Amino acid sequence: MSNISRDEVAHLAKLARMAVTPEELDTFAGQLDQILDAVAEVGEVAGDDIPPTSHAVPLTNVFRTDEVRPGLSQDAALAGAPAAEEGRFRVPRILGEQQ
Amino acid sequence: MTTTAELMDYAEVVERYDPVLGLEVHVELSTKTKMFCGCPNSFGGDPNTHVCPVCLGMPGALPVVNGTAVESAIRIGLALNCDIAQWCRFARKNYFYPDMPKNFQTSQYDEPIAFDGHLDVVLDDGEVVRVDIERAHMEEDTGKSLHVGGATGRIHGAEHSLLDYNRAGVPLIEIVTKPIAGMGERAPEVARAYVTALRDLLRAMDVSDVRMDQGSLRCDANVSLMAKGANEFGTRTETKNVNSLRSVERAVRYEMTRHAAVLADGGSIKQETRHFQEADGTTAAGRTKETAEDYRYFPEPDLVPIAPTREWVDQLRATIPEMPWQRRKRIQDDWNLTDEELRDLVNTGAVDLVAATVDAGAAQADARSWWVQYLNQAATARETELADLAITPAEVARVIALVGSGELTHKLARQVVDGVLDGEGDPDQVIEARGLKVVSDDSALLAAVDEALAAQPDVADKIRGGKVQAAGAIVGAVMKATKGQADAARVRELILERVGAA
Amino acid sequence: MSDLTRLTAAELAEKIHTGEVTAAEVTQAHLDRIAAVDGDVHAFLHVDAEGALETARAVDADLAAGRAPVSPLAGVPLALKDVLTTRGVPTTCGSKTLEGWLPPYDATVTRRLREAGVPVLGKTNMDEFAMGSSTENSAYGPTHNPWDLDRIPGGSGGGSSASLAAYEAPLAIGTDTGGSIRQPAAVTATVGVKPTYGGVSRYGLVAFSSSLDQAGPCGRTVLDAALLHEVIAGHDPMDATSIDAPVPALADAAREGARGDLNGVKVGVVRELSGDGYQGGVLRSFDAAVAQLKELGAEVVEVSCPHFGYALSAYYLIAPSECSSNLARFDAMRYGLRVADDGSHSAEEVMSLTREEGFGAEVKRRVMLGTYALSSGYYDAYYGSAQKVRTLITRDFAAAFEQVDVLVSPTTPVTPFKLGEKVDDPLAMYLNDICSIPANLAGNAAMSVPSGLSDEDGLPVGLQIMAPALADDRLYRVGAAYEAARGPVLDKLGELEAAK
Ligand SMILES: [Mg+2]
Ligand SMILES: [Zn+2]
Repeated sequence: MSNISRDEVAHLAKLARMAVTPEELDTFAGQLDQILDAVAEVGEVAGDDIPPTSHAVPLTNVFRTDEVRPGLSQDAALAGAPAAEEGRFRVPRILGEQQ
Repeated sequence: MTTTAELMDYAEVVERYDPVLGLEVHVELSTKTKMFCGCPNSFGGDPNTHVCPVCLGMPGALPVVNGTAVESAIRIGLALNCDIAQWCRFARKNYFYPDMPKNFQTSQYDEPIAFDGHLDVVLDDGEVVRVDIERAHMEEDTGKSLHVGGATGRIHGAEHSLLDYNRAGVPLIEIVTKPIAGMGERAPEVARAYVTALRDLLRAMDVSDVRMDQGSLRCDANVSLMAKGANEFGTRTETKNVNSLRSVERAVRYEMTRHAAVLADGGSIKQETRHFQEADGTTAAGRTKETAEDYRYFPEPDLVPIAPTREWVDQLRATIPEMPWQRRKRIQDDWNLTDEELRDLVNTGAVDLVAATVDAGAAQADARSWWVQYLNQAATARETELADLAITPAEVARVIALVGSGELTHKLARQVVDGVLDGEGDPDQVIEARGLKVVSDDSALLAAVDEALAAQPDVADKIRGGKVQAAGAIVGAVMKATKGQADAARVRELILERVGAA
Repeated sequence: MSDLTRLTAAELAEKIHTGEVTAAEVTQAHLDRIAAVDGDVHAFLHVDAEGALETARAVDADLAAGRAPVSPLAGVPLALKDVLTTRGVPTTCGSKTLEGWLPPYDATVTRRLREAGVPVLGKTNMDEFAMGSSTENSAYGPTHNPWDLDRIPGGSGGGSSASLAAYEAPLAIGTDTGGSIRQPAAVTATVGVKPTYGGVSRYGLVAFSSSLDQAGPCGRTVLDAALLHEVIAGHDPMDATSIDAPVPALADAAREGARGDLNGVKVGVVRELSGDGYQGGVLRSFDAAVAQLKELGAEVVEVSCPHFGYALSAYYLIAPSECSSNLARFDAMRYGLRVADDGSHSAEEVMSLTREEGFGAEVKRRVMLGTYALSSGYYDAYYGSAQKVRTLITRDFAAAFEQVDVLVSPTTPVTPFKLGEKVDDPLAMYLNDICSIPANLAGNAAMSVPSGLSDEDGLPVGLQIMAPALADDRLYRVGAAYEAARGPVLDKLGELEAAK
């Protein structure tokens, strides 16, 4: 059993920036537990000699030439913004420090 | 807050503790476009005008790696004597912050493109220190936030923030040293010398503007102390916001004295990020996070691995310029300079400028003299760096050439240079505008010569009598009369001609 | 004029290009059909009548001026899954968080459709951010299966498959991360293809799981799907995972297959994709399909892909992990929903409150699952191990394709279930994708083609055909041969409807 606790779910919700409700905490704790139990079998299949696959295509070295391409105008960039001011995206006050 | 002194005397610090440094330098590459999109990579600009769906993190947009940025990364790695990865990937570093459009940074993580290198750093007294390089990896910059409201425009107390993503996605190379230990009291100097050497190197390679004041070169300084005789590193702090070479040295020194005071008092150092305060040279703690950040790195599925071929790396290796310090050594030999003369050149920051002036056709001694003396004084007077003076090596070479051909006297040449520095144009434009050309019209000069000879008949007689060196007094008088705008050699010839001594 | 909606895309193209009908008439016929039936089916989230007619009229003007059609599908209208960006046309991904968002750019698939003169009728309903197998996870209400309005149309692309089965569109685009094209095709008796990963650009496809997502064609016939596949496929420098290789001749392969000769083709039946958990009618339909392939001349052998049994588990770690990162951008800062911006909340709080409000339960569940699987301390056990399973599954495919040209299996283990039946049981819901997921993990091509109706409930069953990466043409050859031999399935729905 993976036994995900309510606290762990709360921590995950914080990492994922979702203000989940107390009821959701309970529901998700149960469901994540159940799902993780079901999928944990992946740990039993492959030995250390099996390399992981991160990409479905065997491509390497795909590069772009360093040439300017047309982007968006300021108006287009801001068109979908919930709030804008002075050509910038306006957001509520930021609490944390930049990382 | 303890009641004891917050800082320990520096001499005592180095007597009791060994400092250990770790330096992380972020360099913005000067590519034409951003790391993963075709938006222009340029400093400034109206907010949100160098943006597109990719660097705004819009739904559906995908990154594509800038090949030139990869080349720059490999070249930097080679210049730092690193191994170049035969295969490496980008990863996603997941954390939420409003200046990061995707809420993950696309960065290399456990597979850097360059690793295990070193940089030999020359200290002021000529001692060479080898700084080991852990890794150099590629990543992208964030946007910029402007905090509105509150007293200072800083993050604390702001009412809201405004975001500009022009810088988001600008290519960065992060260069991380291995722990630098055993430097003792010279640790702060080593830190500055390392960043200086790195800056010179990157500038010589032409991969970045390396402007600390504009943030295209940023240094985070990790400092810890271990008590003499101990064999485990102490807890480190990471100081950010170090925006000049001088600040690198000050920040390290400050943290050493602060750590020592805390440790000597029986306290312990908290592992934290600190911000350097330029005004008073101190550091201040950042806001501490409630929980350790978990970045949940995983390989970036939108970008395929990079596997530089041997041939490609060799081609890039061939483009690495001579290291600045090697070049200095060669210049010393080529120009036959004493150690002192070389040091003057290096300390005034004139090496490249002199070399460029020589490349533009000037004699080495003339070029050196102009930059180390007159122009260095001008830079001091104008409170700027020599390299930032508004005169180019080619312009200095032009002035030197004009002096050589007799079209300018030294005195006039200085006036021409002043004009150029004041933004009046190139040397020829200044000469034209200020009317500074040497008087080369013989008839005008002859009148002045005759007048001077007439005024000093005894001297004229001496010359006639064979004392040719006496002509100097007449030359001086003529130069004075022409306000220095005459060619002294020609004046001398005319005098000798006139008295029949030629 | 209502017959126009009963024609295949290939037939419509011919009529338009020979001047028998105009593209505008064809588009209008489908818009009328949408107006008539979409109230019941709810395949569309947004209908762009003006945009579609404008494109159609431009095609007509071109043809009237004597110019050759810009593509074999010029003038044939299409329904576009709402997960592909459309400049200036709403793109919601079935999520509340993107309600009202007008993308400032076109997806590459969208651009290619425009360039091919394909009128886009509108944006189709889907499970939120393509997470689901029933289209019940749409924030805008479920889509209903035209075969039985009380049943699911499959998911996540239920809107696209239902629009085809309801004759609202002759062509549709879906996206397939774990089966979201093939499973809806199976349960609506339509054709759906997941191309080779990298075969169709993902630029502008709002990412669910980047290493698995692939857009692909949906149609009522194999040839129609092939024609559409050729329009949207090909290298795109805007997508670093796009394959820079020529697209195989797909429509030719379909026409070749339709002649009904599969001599020389080796077909492998995947032993692991049958048995417990598979509905009896589905298995019997599958056996009949295999017999049909033999009759067509194919050599059929059984092959084993021993790690396919772990595909579902690997998928439910990889996809949520990637989605937890891909969906981080929906943070209320630059576009989309923002709540609680009343001056009393910080940016961090507004992010959390908005994401709580804007995401549905399944999205939250997967974001949490992925956040967990990627966390330090759990990465190796979950995400890392899942990526190793992916290697093993890829090797299984490679070994199988050494023996055979294509692999076959049922597309889904069951016929369409009732709306609401599995909504509260995520694990039961996830089982729908058990046959389709291996192809996503390995990146190879796969198709679902109608395989008749289940003998126990009279509901559609799909036959899945899988081919190696870049051999998408094999799907079309085998699929078209089988389709021709078996005869139309969707027509039975037409008969049912007419009998009502
Ligand atoms: Mg970094
Ligand atoms: Zn951009």
